Amino acid sequence: MAETSMVEAIRSAMAFEMARDERVMVLGEDVGGSGGVFRATDGLQARFGTGRVVDAPLSESAIIGSAVGLAIAGMVPIAEIQFVGFTHNAFNQIVEQLARLRYRSWGTLSAPVVVRAPFGGGVRAPEMHSDAFEAHFAHAPGLKVVAPANPGDARGLLLASIRDPDPVLFLEPLRGYRLIRGEVPDGDVTVPLGKAHVVREGRDVTLVAWSAAVDLAKQVADEARAKGIAVEVIDLRTLVPMDEDAVRASVRKTGRCVVLQEASQTGGFAAEVIATIQEDPETFYSLKAPIARVCGPDTPYPVQMLEEGYLINTHRVLAAVTRSAES
Amino acid sequence: MLEQLLNARAFVMEPSTVPPPVQHLSPEGTLLVAEPVLSDAEALAGLRAILLGRRFDERCVHLQRRGLMVTLAPGIGQEACSVGSVIPLDRTRDWFVPQYREAAGQLLHGLPLVQAFLWHMGSPLGFFVPKHLRMLPFNAAVAGQIPHATGLGWGLRLRGTDDVVVVHFGEGATSQGDFHEALNLAGVVKAPVIFFCQNNNWAISTPRELQTASATIAQKGIAYGIPGILVDGNDLFAVVDVMREAVARARRGDGPTLVEAITYRLGMHTTADDGARCEPAGMRDEWRPKDPILRLQKYLQRRGLWTERIGEDMDREVAAELDAAWAEAQATPPSTVAESLRHVFAEMSPRLAGQCDAIEEGR
Repeated sequence: MAETSMVEAIRSAMAFEMARDERVMVLGEDVGGSGGVFRATDGLQARFGTGRVVDAPLSESAIIGSAVGLAIAGMVPIAEIQFVGFTHNAFNQIVEQLARLRYRSWGTLSAPVVVRAPFGGGVRAPEMHSDAFEAHFAHAPGLKVVAPANPGDARGLLLASIRDPDPVLFLEPLRGYRLIRGEVPDGDVTVPLGKAHVVREGRDVTLVAWSAAVDLAKQVADEARAKGIAVEVIDLRTLVPMDEDAVRASVRKTGRCVVLQEASQTGGFAAEVIATIQEDPETFYSLKAPIARVCGPDTPYPVQMLEEGYLINTHRVLAAVTRSAES
Repeated sequence: MLEQLLNARAFVMEPSTVPPPVQHLSPEGTLLVAEPVLSDAEALAGLRAILLGRRFDERCVHLQRRGLMVTLAPGIGQEACSVGSVIPLDRTRDWFVPQYREAAGQLLHGLPLVQAFLWHMGSPLGFFVPKHLRMLPFNAAVAGQIPHATGLGWGLRLRGTDDVVVVHFGEGATSQGDFHEALNLAGVVKAPVIFFCQNNNWAISTPRELQTASATIAQKGIAYGIPGILVDGNDLFAVVDVMREAVARARRGDGPTLVEAITYRLGMHTTADDGARCEPAGMRDEWRPKDPILRLQKYLQRRGLWTERIGEDMDREVAAELDAAWAEAQATPPSTVAESLRHVFAEMSPRLAGQCDAIEEGR
């Protein structure tokens, strides 16, 4: 057990799996000699060779499309997409091909591919390098969507994702790569997909978050305590499949809920969380206040000057929590 | 200025290295090369495979018109392309990756005929890949399967085998990004893949000349470091010859090949969209005599191996095979939506399990 950064934990998971299973390989842009633009694959090529850590052409659709074929041939590919906004260059390959291969072959073929991509903004990156597009992919049947918030979970969830028999989109909090540090267990310690984590316990308001927004939720929980509001923070960890029971159990306890979403509001994943909460009668009748969501405005992710004002912040989340607690 | 530079060949404009299409059999069935690439028995078997594909497609179009089948894309007139691609393969280990117009080759490579019928009946069992069948399900998203072939070939090599992959697509697919991305990557990693373009001149209603300003599709390989070759796609012997060479290259580790087979769509794009009304008058009449079946029959006739009697026997045999498979397809119990929910993930999520229960209980 040692304290490491997010990016070190992710690298450690890949190195562990590649040493354990020779079918595991990494492909992506600049993942070899350079070790990836965020250094997530640093040193892997030197250790495992150019055959298993492959600098791919600047060609997202071929990276994902070939990963489908590599998987059918018996490899276990981890495909890195440099920024989540570029996954759309491979949208057809991810949603129409990768995600539905098992279904369309009636269970006879599968593609255990992990697609890793940095997720979200907040680091003053160029335009189109800071998107939070989880909802586009959570809407794709056959694809699991994982969004860890801390290094320990990132390592354990990535190990579980690589071993999962189905394709996984693994979203890594871009601004947390180095900023978010935490205890990371050594060795073969996985975190199961589909299990949420209660990060803070509280009886007044439930805050649901994923990825970098979990840190924000924890800060708000601390600030709310000073105002006498006990906030329970749920880190979803996996969006698909979602841990419905954990979310509903918390809301039945508190009767109040605020959902955080970095992405723009309309059609976002927060709406899915809210619908999941309220369509269960027992949970619905336990509600004492309308379920709220704090999201980005319905604009594209902005250029740097507007970034700070665009991103959800403790002020907005605390206001929503207070409104919920008072209603 | 630009013209001067062009004249001085400072710009590369015209790949001069692409020779005319390889041809072994004239439309009259005469052999244009010294030795036939297929023995008489192999030629007869090839003709039978083409005939099975033809009669299958014809029957399916007929059944579709009677409301018994869904939209389908027949390969009528183009069967020598897929059959000639499959003949040089070892079906126990080499892969065939279809687009959606290659029933003849798929059947020869081992797709059970009953499954081919089920596919056109809209059954998910048509996409089921039986164990040991080295084939991907057909792909209705044009060009979507081409990068899969690159990865599959690459992966087979990483796994230490010398198995090869053949992927089919039309000339329309070569305008898609996936075609270019797949060839580019295959060139870099030397994937053992034969990219087989059936240039049938029509993408629904859009003719070949509106698809690309390139003089040939084959030359597109050059930019990716992949040799390209043109072949008469209605000449089974020529297709087999070119494919044998390309398969051997791939198997010995020399990388991919792009094959452009010149053929013609004598059927329709699909039963839902017959682009034929856009074809210039007389174009079909020009192509009908080049039909791969006629050509093989004439060749065999010249060798004293084709009589009316042999033709009738073969037709009867093929019809009986189709009758039996069609009866089996009709007797296959229908698949259900509840069953389909079991094939989304290896294990059903609680939500899918709930949806499955709701469907089964009619909620």
